[in-house]
Amino acid sequence: MKIIFESCSENEAFARTVVAAYITRLNPTLEELSDVKTAVSEAVTNCIIHGYENKKGDITMECTIHNNDISIIVEDYGKGIADIEKAMEPLYTTRPEWERSGMGFAFMEAFMDKLKVDSSPGKGTRVFMEKTIGVCEGQE
Amino acid sequence: MLKENMAGFHYELYKNCLVIYITQDLDHHAVLSLRERSDRLIEAGDVKHVIFDFKDTGFMDSSGIGLLMGRYKKVMFIGGRACVTNVGSAVDRIFKISGLYKIIEKYDTPEDAIKALEVKYEDYI
Repeated sequence: MKIIFESCSENEAFARTVVAAYITRLNPTLEELSDVKTAVSEAVTNCIIHGYENKKGDITMECTIHNNDISIIVEDYGKGIADIEKAMEPLYTTRPEWERSGMGFAFMEAFMDKLKVDSSPGKGTRVFMEKTIGVCEGQE
Repeated sequence: MLKENMAGFHYELYKNCLVIYITQDLDHHAVLSLRERSDRLIEAGDVKHVIFDFKDTGFMDSSGIGLLMGRYKKVMFIGGRACVTNVGSAVDRIFKISGLYKIIEKYDTPEDAIKALEVKYEDYI
């Protein structure tokens, strides 16, 4: 599944709703569903605020289901990140004036099983996330 | 008592407590309007404490954390406190992971929070 949408804040809810609908067939628990929705919300918000700095641009979201794994790629073609390691530090933000908490990547990391960030300044940022759904033992 | 609905949120002023009822997903989009309106109410009135009620929402991301921390800092300067109420399990996890409970108090309902704040307020006088 691949969609391209505009970088406006209304599309944050749109993107996480699409992914939530897409993974329904994996029978996620409510907790897994909210984990994935939060991670997608963080990734898309980053594209809008940091990638495009609230200007117009395209965001691509690509999801694949393989067995019980959901992989999600969220990509923008905006500013890019010069120091990825620094950007991923919890509480670090380049936008304290907009009250950004600096928890975006930390949440993606906490709520998904895998997270990989590729970026080149001036070209854009690509976030890859993966999570296994519904195979924990002893789950209701 | 002030009561108003703005852009999908409901605000109530009870004595010096501003209660903000969050009635939609608390993401970056929602934060944009919520921040402006709540700050105007805090600055205009005699607001000392802020209570965020999550009864009618089940979703929050890191933008919500930024909003809560920002309002906490605002009322903290005037000796106020910030509380959250009716927190569901998804939002509760976000609060725990982010360490927000170190600065923001959790109560079952807005009424409980108001009670707790007033007790302290009377003590202070």
